[in-house]
Amino acid sequence: MLSILVFLGLLAVIAAWWLAKQGIASKPWMEQGVAYDTREFSPAPSPAKIGFGVFLAVVGTLFALFISAYAMRMQLPDWRAPPIPQVVWLNTIMLILSSVALQGARTAARRDDADALKIGLAAGGLAALAFLSGQLLAWRQLMAEGYWLATNSADAFFYILTGVHGIHLLGGLIALASTGSQAWRGTPPQRLLLSVDLCATYWHFLLLVWLILLSVLIGWAGEVAAICRQLLT
Amino acid sequence: MVDVPLGPGTIIPAEIEDVELYHPKSWVTKYVFSQDAKVIAVQYAIVALSVGVVALVLSWLMRLQLGFPGVFSFIDANAYYQFITMHGMMMVVYVLTALFLGGFGNYLIPLMIGARDMVFPYVNMLSFWIYFLAVLVLVASFFAPGGPTGAGWTLYPPQAILSGTPGGQDWGIILMLVSLMIFIIGFTMGGLNYVVTVLQARTRGMTLMRMPLTVWGIFTASFMALLAFPALFVGCVMMLFDRALGTSFFVPSIVEMGQPLDRSGGSPLLFQHLFWFFGHPEVYIVALPAFGIVSDLISTHARRNIFGYRMMVWALLAIGALSFVVWAHHMYVSGMNPSFGFFFATTTLIIAIPTAIKVYNWILTLWRGDIHLTVPMLFALAFIITFVNGGLTGLFLGNVVVDVPLSDTMFVVAHFHMVMGVAPILVIFGAIYHWYPKVTGRMLNDTLGKLHFWVTFLGAYAIFFPMHYLGLMGVPRRYYEIGEMSFVPPSAHTLNAFITIVALVVGATQMVFVFNLIWSLRHGRVAGGNPWRATTLEWQTPETPPPHGNWGKEQPVVYRWAYDYNVPGAEQDFIPQNQPATNTLPLMGLAHA
Amino acid sequence: MAVALILVLVAIGSVAFHLFSPWWWTPIASNWRYIDTTIIITFWITGVVFVAVVVFMAYCVFRFRHRPGQQAIYEPENRRLEGWLTVVTAVGVAAMLAPGLFVWNQFITVPEDATDVEIVGQQWQWSFRLPGPDGKLGTSDARAIGPDNPLGINRDDSNSKDDIVIEGGELHLPIGKPVKALLRSVDVIHDFFLPELRTKMDMVPGQISYVWFTPTRTGTFDILCAELCGVGHFQMRGTVVVQEQSDYQAWLQEQTARKFARLAPTE
Repeated sequence: MLSILVFLGLLAVIAAWWLAKQGIASKPWMEQGVAYDTREFSPAPSPAKIGFGVFLAVVGTLFALFISAYAMRMQLPDWRAPPIPQVVWLNTIMLILSSVALQGARTAARRDDADALKIGLAAGGLAALAFLSGQLLAWRQLMAEGYWLATNSADAFFYILTGVHGIHLLGGLIALASTGSQAWRGTPPQRLLLSVDLCATYWHFLLLVWLILLSVLIGWAGEVAAICRQLLT
Repeated sequence: MVDVPLGPGTIIPAEIEDVELYHPKSWVTKYVFSQDAKVIAVQYAIVALSVGVVALVLSWLMRLQLGFPGVFSFIDANAYYQFITMHGMMMVVYVLTALFLGGFGNYLIPLMIGARDMVFPYVNMLSFWIYFLAVLVLVASFFAPGGPTGAGWTLYPPQAILSGTPGGQDWGIILMLVSLMIFIIGFTMGGLNYVVTVLQARTRGMTLMRMPLTVWGIFTASFMALLAFPALFVGCVMMLFDRALGTSFFVPSIVEMGQPLDRSGGSPLLFQHLFWFFGHPEVYIVALPAFGIVSDLISTHARRNIFGYRMMVWALLAIGALSFVVWAHHMYVSGMNPSFGFFFATTTLIIAIPTAIKVYNWILTLWRGDIHLTVPMLFALAFIITFVNGGLTGLFLGNVVVDVPLSDTMFVVAHFHMVMGVAPILVIFGAIYHWYPKVTGRMLNDTLGKLHFWVTFLGAYAIFFPMHYLGLMGVPRRYYEIGEMSFVPPSAHTLNAFITIVALVVGATQMVFVFNLIWSLRHGRVAGGNPWRATTLEWQTPETPPPHGNWGKEQPVVYRWAYDYNVPGAEQDFIPQNQPATNTLPLMGLAHA
Repeated sequence: MAVALILVLVAIGSVAFHLFSPWWWTPIASNWRYIDTTIIITFWITGVVFVAVVVFMAYCVFRFRHRPGQQAIYEPENRRLEGWLTVVTAVGVAAMLAPGLFVWNQFITVPEDATDVEIVGQQWQWSFRLPGPDGKLGTSDARAIGPDNPLGINRDDSNSKDDIVIEGGELHLPIGKPVKALLRSVDVIHDFFLPELRTKMDMVPGQISYVWFTPTRTGTFDILCAELCGVGHFQMRGTVVVQEQSDYQAWLQEQTARKFARLAPTE
């Protein structure tokens, strides 16, 4: 359960930092009138952005919990990690490209460059689709080699972790498709800035999650943890 | 007097820029697929209360079996285990969580912080309908082949997915897991709304520290729920794989009814860790809104500011944070590494300190107050008694070695019913009596309310207080019948019969409440906008019941905290939060504060 | 008035029930007296707090109930009072926690001279295995379970040769000798619960948990299952008979003889 506690600890630090700025040590009964309101001096981001941030915290919790479960389950003696199909590396590159393309779309939207925005969105979407198909290919390769879902829990975890990540990306693709179709219908980039912004952030987030998942599946994360433990003792 | 940095003249309105409220055009969009948080709140409340009635009937059935074993032949062991499982899961998730967050959260958050609605009204509507779908799936399991699951609400594998448990190899467990997953998805949508609305849509002047404790409680609980429910989700996904696809996450190599099962290596304890990582925060997800609401009930009806507001807020936050590091106190005798017991016993007992502070502050709010013994106040007082009782028995169970003889006995059943069953439900009743006038414009009948209160409070206490002693004696929980136990005297059976009879009476009395709810809708005394003479914003709406958009033309502006009752020198014994500051500074005399 | 009175009656009634009702724990039959002591300490502390809170509330309700002209005071907080209450609470909590942790340390530290006994749970009966003269239990594996080997004992392990298996019967234990119960399940989670011996621990399939105790009183005691294990959960009963050393030896010999009588034709 260490990874989830570390993740929640991180969230707790953010929450504490934010609360500290909100004057939770103040004595509200001493203050009458329109009080000092932090929102007046640093306008808060839009509700969509805050909501999206909280949503990412929830998704992060979900993955941290899966990783916790993985870490606990892998300590049992029957654990046999499957080989990682080579295509996964190609997929990783695709996901990175996808993220880069959406970052490009974001800057294009800021510059109000409609053509670049379209290219960025299309490239990002296609690369993400390539990633997903690559992941399916990886599943098929594993199955062909005899690593079925029920063969060993390590195999099952491979399918579940990649599957849950893929479903999240798929959800993102739906949002991306809707943004893209608006761009193609000629909605000015300025008006799409928010959705492009959120898409790009989501993609970076999912890329980060994927890199962490990959390091867990390969076993790097376990090795790093072991080294940390040695350093501590 | 502290210098208050008054806001500059040009204040950005807190109103979300040009929030476009969806304006309903037909009856269906107004009352069915409504995007108005207040309508959604009532929808949540009605569905949750209906599920509550089913859960109540289930509890009657199991009490009949315990009180009069063998008399009711249709309650066989299979049915009994299905009843306890469905009763538990329904009450914890589909009634209490949904009612506090979906019901009270939706109604009170926007009104109390001066917003026009939730920030994502459409998502809010989806949240309710997904919850409704989850309830349908749950109820469907009663009609599925094999009936609902009888695995206990904790759903511990491997038994939950094996044939020795009702529904284990039928549809019961699958529908339960699917229903929970749907619930979690729906809740996440709602929870995002509650949290972001509090963060973003507070009206001008409504700083965090001016929020009523009700909002603080629901806000903290929503946040916790967002972070805790994923643990249950992960557990559900993995168990569904184990049940349906033959994986071995939680199933080691075992035999099922004498036949070796083709699984290996799984860890039943892994599920327990995931379950309780959700399950313990869940206790506080139910408790924190109750804490918040009861603070406001006490303050309003004792005509006195809540004592130690800041401490109350900090205690809420501390409890919320600590509740994520105590989960394994449900697992002291689970066979996990026993040295974890030291850590979890310590964290568990530490959490008692902020909780105790809250209790002190509630009763200190009564001290030198002007106590109106209204029905909401009575429920609040009863909450304190049952909560203190249940909280104190928690100190037995949290203290690792004391838990050894008591865990998995009726002591545990009595404890959690007192602390997270009876206590929050008393708050729900009190809150309904308190806010019903705002929701409907009419008061609930007082006499019926008092009848309902006394039978419910004293009855529930008489059910659960003696039950502790059955557990102390060693009677395990989840026993279809006690049967012959050398250490259980025959008088224990009399006690069980007594508990059953009281439970039947208390349950039947709830019909008085339901009648009152329906009758007062038409015949209740007209309430007016602010019948309790309360300070918080929901009582200051221009119209009662508030229409879609809540505030008419202008959103209120907040000038003071939520607890200005009996301010020295003030004209009235309360000053609404949106009443502008006057020149008379009522706090001059409070130099020490 | 009436409300305050009823609140006081609730407090008095609770205390009276505690003191005078016939329902109390069963007389202890093991070395875990300290657990009972910790419970008593906890009862005292929590009882005092409960009565104090309820009586204080009742007093407030009586003294500060609404009457014409009654006015509440305006006192947002009192840091000193709150500080003191926090400190007092912390001390009370520590007074419960410290003995608890102290006893827990004993509870999980098995003495050197404890004898191993294996307790096996299955839906829905108890089985036991004694280590035999070599004092060692053979290993086991759920995959070895079959009609002739219901507990899945590893026959290749030389330690298992002299193990004595008792199926669905009574477990006998000598008085005054510490016992380390090794708990194992072959199907679902069960729980080895002996109310009189203040002993309880889950038996989890796929792992071996343990609990230790020293019986201090002869007699027959119920073993109950305390973890929901399916529809027959409440019928899963067993018996522990605690005997004087000589009686125990006689029983042990009988079991050994029975084992070899059963093995003789096949070997």
